[in-house]
Amino acid sequence: MMQRGVLQRFSVIGLYLWGFRVGVLLIVLWGSFGTFQAGCPSALTLCDFKSRYAADVWLDLVIYGLSQGSVYALLALGYTMVYGILRMINFAHGDVFMAGAYTAYYLAAAFGRSGFLNRSPLLALAAVLALAAITAMSIALLIERVAYRPLRRTPRLVALISAIGASFFLEYAFRGFFGSGFQAYPEWNIFKGEWTFLGTGILRTQAVVIVASVLLMAGLYAYVMRTKTGTAMRAVSEDLEIASLMGIDVDRVIVVTFAIGGAAAGAAGVLYALVFKQVHFFMGFFPGIKAFTAAVLGGIGNIPGAMLGGLFLGIFESVGPILILEGLRVPGIYPAGIPAPYQLKDVIAFTMLVMVLIFRPSGILGERLAGKKA
Amino acid sequence: MKRVKLPIALMVALLLVAAPYFVARAPAATVGPVTDPIGVVRVNRGQPITIAYWFVIAGPDASLGIDTRRGVEIAIEDKKTVAGHSIRLIGEDSGCNAEGGTTAATKLAANRAVVAAIGSNCSSEARAGVPILWKAGISTVSPSNTAPDLTDPQRTKDWDGYLRTAHNDLVQGRAAALFVYYALSVRRAATIHDGSIYAERLAQRFAEIFKKLGGTITSQEAVSPTDTDMRPVLTKVAAGNPQLIYYPIFIASGGFITRQAKEVAGLQRTILMSADGTFSPDFLKAAGEAAVGMYHSSPDFGAFAAGYQAFLQKHQRKYGEKPLAPFHAHAYDAATMIFAAIEKVAKKDSAGNTYIGRKALRDALYATKDFKGLTGTLTCNPYGDCADPKIAVYQVTSADPAKWNPGAENPKKVWPR
Repeated sequence: MMQRGVLQRFSVIGLYLWGFRVGVLLIVLWGSFGTFQAGCPSALTLCDFKSRYAADVWLDLVIYGLSQGSVYALLALGYTMVYGILRMINFAHGDVFMAGAYTAYYLAAAFGRSGFLNRSPLLALAAVLALAAITAMSIALLIERVAYRPLRRTPRLVALISAIGASFFLEYAFRGFFGSGFQAYPEWNIFKGEWTFLGTGILRTQAVVIVASVLLMAGLYAYVMRTKTGTAMRAVSEDLEIASLMGIDVDRVIVVTFAIGGAAAGAAGVLYALVFKQVHFFMGFFPGIKAFTAAVLGGIGNIPGAMLGGLFLGIFESVGPILILEGLRVPGIYPAGIPAPYQLKDVIAFTMLVMVLIFRPSGILGERLAGKKA
Repeated sequence: MKRVKLPIALMVALLLVAAPYFVARAPAATVGPVTDPIGVVRVNRGQPITIAYWFVIAGPDASLGIDTRRGVEIAIEDKKTVAGHSIRLIGEDSGCNAEGGTTAATKLAANRAVVAAIGSNCSSEARAGVPILWKAGISTVSPSNTAPDLTDPQRTKDWDGYLRTAHNDLVQGRAAALFVYYALSVRRAATIHDGSIYAERLAQRFAEIFKKLGGTITSQEAVSPTDTDMRPVLTKVAAGNPQLIYYPIFIASGGFITRQAKEVAGLQRTILMSADGTFSPDFLKAAGEAAVGMYHSSPDFGAFAAGYQAFLQKHQRKYGEKPLAPFHAHAYDAATMIFAAIEKVAKKDSAGNTYIGRKALRDALYATKDFKGLTGTLTCNPYGDCADPKIAVYQVTSADPAKWNPGAENPKKVWPR
């Protein structure tokens, strides 16, 4: 009996999976190690432990990653909350983000022309954020009402297809309204330049983005954990039927979920535009995919997991290409590491996703919830 | 069972028989007075001759396609009739990527009325689309493809119908390197491309010549065209301490690099230089104040033929603004070159219908010699390079897209003097 148990455990697929895990891990370790062997003549000898880049370069990269990651995190919240409650992936969420940023652009541009933007910059930012959040929230609610609610009793796949349709609808509706070109946000003068914080310079826009998203996420987390509606949301996410038997208005909870997710996406859109300036009708697609990845990375359905996943993903994207690919010196083929590693930024991001999923299939923080939901 | 199988077998047989009809290819044919090994287009009396463009007319790089389309439109207005027929212009958006090029070329190839095509704009589109058009017997003249591969002597037969009036980047990359090395006295430079064939080859050519002159390339990086956060890659570039970054890419990503370079430690004083792909008022919108002082390599408008001034006046009257990108005159030349070739090979029957042999048209285009165009005197080599290439370097003096007036003001021509 005992012997068969051991043999069963070593199935072909299991062995393959373990081989894969070990292989990926070895590549990552080999690459990271190689990066800190700069100036070493051969990939096979051991030299002093130092990289081509000074410590503050690494710190800068981490800060860039944090600011990009906090936008991902804000977006990932929307994916994860909707998934927690409806077990549905709202693929139109990236376009809700675009809708907020694009609509608010016109307010920001008007403020820029009238000079209000730099006369009272914080008020202007608050107004732009509010408009983006309200627009995104209304669009999220509209999609929920039109594209998802009628399909609530159908198999999950139907709602997923409907979500993809809603995503295309939003993209091309905005293309129809505002054209296929791009617009550029005006610059806030107070956000130009750097602030020095603990001895390192940090770009003001990035500091604003990190602080604003941390505040928003903290507020959101408190709302879900401390308020009555938040408790209802958690109850519905644990068991929709029992929650409705307990007298919870499930429809209302779902509406609130979409509203909060939409508002967070709208705010994320403005923060994104603060850093990158350009807005266009397709801008939501890639951040949407990345945020979805972040939500899965953190454990989909889990709110702190989404935040953590977003930040991780941002940092992987920023640091990963230098850390792993540049040091990946393959004797004979790439003696100096993989050339132009930032072209493969997305490969790093999605490899990290694969890594997390093969070691922890339910995501970084997903296990606790996954057990109950299965 | 048999009853089901028989209809299916019949249907398959029918489809097989009908298949050649759906495949866009032009068989050898004799139509009217013309025999041509590829095919013949018949244009009935009183009907227009159809010319198609495939340009990027939507999205962030739309300025490039709209600019070239305007060049073609003005050429048609000037010419009015070809071989006694009016000219009808149709077109497809080609999206500035390989997928868009395939789609646009497939649509045009299915239209048998198309006599010749003008396009594409981006070299990636051409690489995917040109073989599709040529399989249907359609010759295409590009006003703005610059990647050297497209007219390389090693190219395959699929490219027999391809020509261009734009410069080859072997010329532009060399000019940019000469300017950087001698006029700016820069000895350390870095390059960034976006994986498109245009950017990759141009950056490569620049680096090659710059190294040959004695300069050092500190790093050759790449981003992807949809990237927005360029700070990490710029941080890596900064570690090599270059005096200049050459990034011959497109408008959206070029804008991100320009803005973000000023924010990365160690690059605040680094000179920025891009190429003809970002030479547009839209780029100033994308890059903002950070663009002021940067350089672009682009065609030398000052060296164009005398007719160019009249063209600019027509352009101003018709569209109410300055040209949006560098290739309007090349598009004008591509169109007039095609008109001249059509007139050379078109034959009429007694009823007044016109017949144009596709192979004959292609040969006539390749035989273009000492053709007086707006961009200079065009002569096509056996691989379709027809340009009379003159490259200048411009410096941006104002970030206001409304002040776009290349040459004298913004961007101001700084080289050659």
